[in-house]
Amino acid sequence: MDRESINRMFTRRRLQRLAGLLSLALVAGCHTDMWIQPKAKPLQQSDFFADGAASRPPVANTVAQGQLRTDDHLYTGIVAKKYVDEFPFAIAKQDIERGQDRFNIYCSPCHGALGDGKGMIAQRGLALRAQPATYHTERLRKMPVGYFFDVITHGHGAMFSYAQRVDPDDRWKIVSYIRALQLSQHSALEDLTAEEQGQIDEKPVGIGIAAAAGDTHAGTNGAAAGGHTEGGSKH
Amino acid sequence: MSQLFKPSMNTLARVSLSCALIVPGALVVGLSSITRSPYNTKVEVPLDQPVPFSHTHHADELGIDCRYCHSSVEKSGFAGIPPSHTCMSCHSQIWTNSPLLEPVRESYEKDIPLVWNRVNKVPDFVYFDHSIHIAKGVNCNVCHGPVQKMQMTWKGKPFFMSWCLDCHRDPGKYIRPKDEVFGLFRKYQESSKGANLTGSEYSLMATAHYKPSKEDQARGRKLVQEYGIKVETLSDCYICHR
Ligand code: HEC
Ligand code: HEC
Ligand code: HEC
Ligand code: HEC
Ligand code: HEC
Repeated sequence: MDRESINRMFTRRRLQRLAGLLSLALVAGCHTDMWIQPKAKPLQQSDFFADGAASRPPVANTVAQGQLRTDDHLYTGIVAKKYVDEFPFAIAKQDIERGQDRFNIYCSPCHGALGDGKGMIAQRGLALRAQPATYHTERLRKMPVGYFFDVITHGHGAMFSYAQRVDPDDRWKIVSYIRALQLSQHSALEDLTAEEQGQIDEKPVGIGIAAAAGDTHAGTNGAAAGGHTEGGSKH
Repeated sequence: MSQLFKPSMNTLARVSLSCALIVPGALVVGLSSITRSPYNTKVEVPLDQPVPFSHTHHADELGIDCRYCHSSVEKSGFAGIPPSHTCMSCHSQIWTNSPLLEPVRESYEKDIPLVWNRVNKVPDFVYFDHSIHIAKGVNCNVCHGPVQKMQMTWKGKPFFMSWCLDCHRDPGKYIRPKDEVFGLFRKYQESSKGANLTGSEYSLMATAHYKPSKEDQARGRKLVQEYGIKVETLSDCYICHR
């Protein structure tokens, strides 16, 4: 082939077209249009709103459908300016178990699996300004259930509110489990039936957090709380 | 007139013919291995964060349940990243002077969101939902790798469509009893780094490659029936592309 025919084959025009085609093939790999769509997912950033977040907080006093919380007993634990001493719904065994589950997630890091205030934080934070409370005091055993509900909802002292993370129903179930814990740590052997006394040395059956070192407690445990064991070690 | 094709052209033809085969092949293999390499997928590459938050420390050493922070994972599609309020429920009391926690304190006091860098992501045209997976006994680590061992969070799986489908076609391979979704983290923590775990439990808790044993798979297939999972429709396109 002579030089001239080669030149004719690769005219500038043709080269440009070829480059255009090749770059089209490259661009075909960059399909961002569907990958990043103009829609907002939860917690996504946004440069449109002043606070930089795509999710909008509801306008003050918004009531979501079906969430008009008129039942003071259920949603505040306070009726006529007094803490209620009754649960807003009947507590069955599975409610206490649900309460145990939620308690172990949200409360046990500070209050300990047994509610004795010896959770991981209490053991780690050597210089805590306020020690987590134990539930096994005369004062708290006498407190109405509404008080515990209120503390979970609004926090107390150094404790923050857990209202965002624990739904009202679950808060009541946690309270029912706290009652079970209080009973378990404050019963005498004689309070149990003969049959229950026989079960004391059996292995606890609950799924609960096994007590960490230093969490061991003498005395009876779960059996007193309506056949409901929590996973503390026995003696 | 001189010869149009010289004999040496034969070699040239052969070479160019084989190049025509090899070059596209190499391109395909090369490009797809780039696609699947950590360079592209970011798998097992720890991400920088505004606060050096450690899952090893909080989830394993301190034994905090995943739901303490990712509180919506059981009930919504989105697992949720904890607000600084959650961090401060402990850090208003402990490690209050740590300079590492300054961004958290500032965010809490001034009420401006802390911006974490996203580790796991599916494209916007894919619909994903956590709650259904948790409800059917898929452990977090099947999809995220050994989270409770990560100092800085990294991505455990590339989230290719083929990977989702591998499970959706036969979920029995991977699903486990529901109470193990969170129970296994506790078991791992209590068994001093997995000493008492079975082989497949260990592979799930401590490595990025879960290897379910034969028995686990057999149990999983029974659970598929028990949980009423409709495997026939689970790999239909509309499940994930809606
Ligand atoms: C003390 C709070 C806390 C606990 C407990 C916790 N996490 Fe996280 N998690 C975070 C924070 C903060 C981030 C965001 C920063 C990051 O990616 O490291 C995060 C990020 C993640 C991510 C990556 C999110 C993304 O950007 O894609 C996954 C996955 C995750 N956590 C899983 C878990 C699992 C599984 C557990 C339980 C074993 C757990 N987390 C326990 C606070 C927590
Ligand atoms: C349940 C309690 C708890 C929660 C919630 C919690 N932490 Fe911690 N965190 C701790 C404890 C306890 C330590 C220190 C423990 C030790 O070393 O003894 C710690 C240590 C840290 C450290 C290391 C500080 C230093 O100077 O070494 C960082 C960073 C940290 N946390 C970030 C976070 C972030 C971010 C969040 C919110 C997503 C968070 N933590 C939520 C209990 C918690
Ligand atoms: C079936 C696989 C799978 C399981 C099981 C799973 N995740 Fe995820 N996770 C994902 C995917 C996929 C994403 C990315 C979602 C997106 O981009 O919208 C994700 C994202 C996240 C995020 C970032 C925030 C969000 O929701 O997008 C967090 C935090 C998280 N997962 C935590 C968890 C925790 C904790 C568990 C266990 C209780 C868990 N995940 C179980 C697949 C899974
Ligand atoms: C380890 C197994 C596993 C993996 C991996 C997995 N899934 Fe699933 N997925 C399931 C199971 C089990 C169900 C429950 C199906 C049922 O109950 O009918 C499910 C259900 C779903 C559903 C809800 C289906 C419905 O009917 O509403 C969606 C959406 C989904 N998965 C998306 C994904 C995506 C996207 C990925 C990949 C990023 C993924 N899944 C990875 C096991 C898995
Ligand atoms: C279990 C969930 C799931 C199902 C079912 C599913 N996909 Fe996907 N698909 C995905 C995910 C996740 C991705 C994103 C992959 C990635 O990020 O590379 C994807 C990506 C894609 C893409 C884009 C590929 C690309 O790189 O541009 C197409 C096209 C697609 N899917 C088609 C389909 C079709 C057709 C079906 C039905 C036969 C289907 N998908 C079923 C999860 C699913």
